Amino acid sequence: MVRFVWLALPLLILAAIVAYVLGARPLDRIGAAAPPVEQVVVEGTRLRPGVIELGIRADGSQPIVIAQVQVDRAYRAFDIKPAGPVGRLDGARVTIPYPWIGGEAHHVVLVTSTGATFEHTVEVAQATPELDAGSLWQLAVIGLLLGVAPVATGMLAFPAMRGLSAGTFDFLLALTVGLLAYLFLDTLGEGLEAGSASLERLRGQTAVWVAAALTALGLFVAGRWRGAAPQGAALAGFIALGIGLHNLGEGLAVGGALSAGAGALATFLVVGFIIHNVTEGIGIAAPLVRATPPLSLFVLLAGLAGLPAVAGVWAGTQAPSPYWLALCFGVGAGAIFQVMVEVTALTVRKSGFVALGGLNYAGGVAAGLLVMYATALLV
Amino acid sequence: MGLGPFARIPRRGLLRGGAMLAGMAFGVERSAAGGRGGDDASAAGHDMAGRHGRNRVVGTVDADRNGFDPMDFLTEFDTGIITTEPDGRQVREWTITAVDREVEIAPGVFFPAWTYNGRIPGPTLRCTEGERLRIRFLNAGSHPHTMHFHGIHSARMDGVPGAGEIRPGEAFTYEFAAEPFGCHLYHCHSIPLKRHIHKGLYGAFIVDPDPDRHPLAREDAASRRLGTPQNASWQELVMVMNGFDTNFDDENEFYAVNTIPFAYFDRPIRIDRSRPIRIYLINITEFDPINSLHVHANFFDYYDHGTTLTPTHRRIDTVMQCQAQRGIVELSFANHEPGLYMFHAHQTEFAELGWMSHFEVV
Repeated sequence: MVRFVWLALPLLILAAIVAYVLGARPLDRIGAAAPPVEQVVVEGTRLRPGVIELGIRADGSQPIVIAQVQVDRAYRAFDIKPAGPVGRLDGARVTIPYPWIGGEAHHVVLVTSTGATFEHTVEVAQATPELDAGSLWQLAVIGLLLGVAPVATGMLAFPAMRGLSAGTFDFLLALTVGLLAYLFLDTLGEGLEAGSASLERLRGQTAVWVAAALTALGLFVAGRWRGAAPQGAALAGFIALGIGLHNLGEGLAVGGALSAGAGALATFLVVGFIIHNVTEGIGIAAPLVRATPPLSLFVLLAGLAGLPAVAGVWAGTQAPSPYWLALCFGVGAGAIFQVMVEVTALTVRKSGFVALGGLNYAGGVAAGLLVMYATALLV
Repeated sequence: MGLGPFARIPRRGLLRGGAMLAGMAFGVERSAAGGRGGDDASAAGHDMAGRHGRNRVVGTVDADRNGFDPMDFLTEFDTGIITTEPDGRQVREWTITAVDREVEIAPGVFFPAWTYNGRIPGPTLRCTEGERLRIRFLNAGSHPHTMHFHGIHSARMDGVPGAGEIRPGEAFTYEFAAEPFGCHLYHCHSIPLKRHIHKGLYGAFIVDPDPDRHPLAREDAASRRLGTPQNASWQELVMVMNGFDTNFDDENEFYAVNTIPFAYFDRPIRIDRSRPIRIYLINITEFDPINSLHVHANFFDYYDHGTTLTPTHRRIDTVMQCQAQRGIVELSFANHEPGLYMFHAHQTEFAELGWMSHFEVV
């Protein structure tokens, strides 16, 4: 009973403090005449023939009214759904009939009731792909070329890897760690960038770290569910999952480039990612070198690592919100971090902690980082 | 573009050479994303949907809440009150009060304005040359203000810091003779000047010529002077070209004549074509070096500053003014067929940001 009182007391005091701040408004005396704080971000742009559509999200000290809309320094008729003020953290869709010009840039300015302005630039106007059966398939082909094909190609090196000495095998594992470390940094960077584009109050960048930590913890626990650390096929599976989540991000990049009208860039991205991702196949196959895995396992692993790229391309063309992208990249980074730890643990179990300081291991990690960086320059 | 996957797009420039590669590699971007771009889009977007072609502001300004209507403003002349001094001299008097006021300067957009008598532009003060003028100025605002008249007056009456600037709660009386005749303006000259002007402290100041002083052009002078039979046939309109920088980045978000963007576009100014038109045109647009007026399907005579009785420009259809420049435009639609005739700034940017209007000639 006494314990209950001690639990309830802090809650009661907390409620009293909140009630005081909201009721007596002591802060108003400090910022009495301050105009309302307003923040609006454009989360996504969709272009249809003759129409620009913006997905927006609002934050501020009171609901925000989008009073007028300019496109290219001219006021335009527009429609906002849902109609009326946009509440804190609420989203809305602004539809502007506008004869946008393919291949050119357009500047949209949203003017709120207080006269504040929020700008958004459509860098290269191009119709957002409609996801009908035909285009879904064509986009899927890009995803397959991007994700599954190079990973599977990399796995073809598996027979050659089997005859390698123990030292070379350790080097190969270290190479995988280096490769994963590169992907981890890259994915995290993408996530933090997307996070910074989301509304401040959603703490997009923090969300990336939290998502990464939770994912790594979750996979770590799942991987050791039966008490032992994952190795062999299981470890390869985790590596494939982590890489798959990273490839989802690559798919998003390609899809985003397509929807932003950068067709030539998308082609270049695909070529670059293909070369880049071949190395990933080697990394996935590395833990299997001491086993005799069936062919179906390779198919499964290639699918796990490569198919997310297809989903990425699909989603990327639809201009997803930066907050969800940030979470997505956070999950990817966490998954990659978990396999980095597990692959390193495998080396430690085999050769002890000393191995981590050896030239073989360090050289492998360095080679992995460098190969990934060098091939990334092609993107 | 802040988005992660979009961040690579600026590398586009590097990839120009990759375009050929793009063409032969997939052709996917054409079938999946393109093919519905530019041409179709322009056709669909140009769907006119009314005479504004969708270049407009959405909604209407509540003139009752603002306390002034741009339609009424065109023809509202404040001639003050004539009082007689103990010595028998006549003086024309006004009382003007500076007040802070939130003004709806475009539909749904509220601007924390500083105003003369609660309106933007301030009242159009109209008098006749040679008259003694007395303007009692009260400052009910939150900053020091002045009334600086473009006219001829003594240094003490200049309405600048040190000569006629008053703090909140104070009063000052400006007194001078109405000279020279013309289309003039008044505005606040407190520092920072730019901010005091663009917040809304300006208005038209029209000095009519006295026909008795212009025996050689008596008829022309009489037609200018409010209240004469010659003047009665004219359709006189006051147009103050202004703009509003609502986000205070020293660039205007809205342009208009008489404050409200597109005000005379959907509600055209009705013109009786049997009567000539005289426009008192004043540019008080802040930040932009010039503003302009262009009238469609017609040519006009222009009297720069309105200080002459013969035109300074004849048969022009576009005139530009720097800030504080003003003049009188005289034109006629007598030989035109009835209909809508546009007039607007011929900086098309200003036009599409609100300074776009119609005459409805009947």
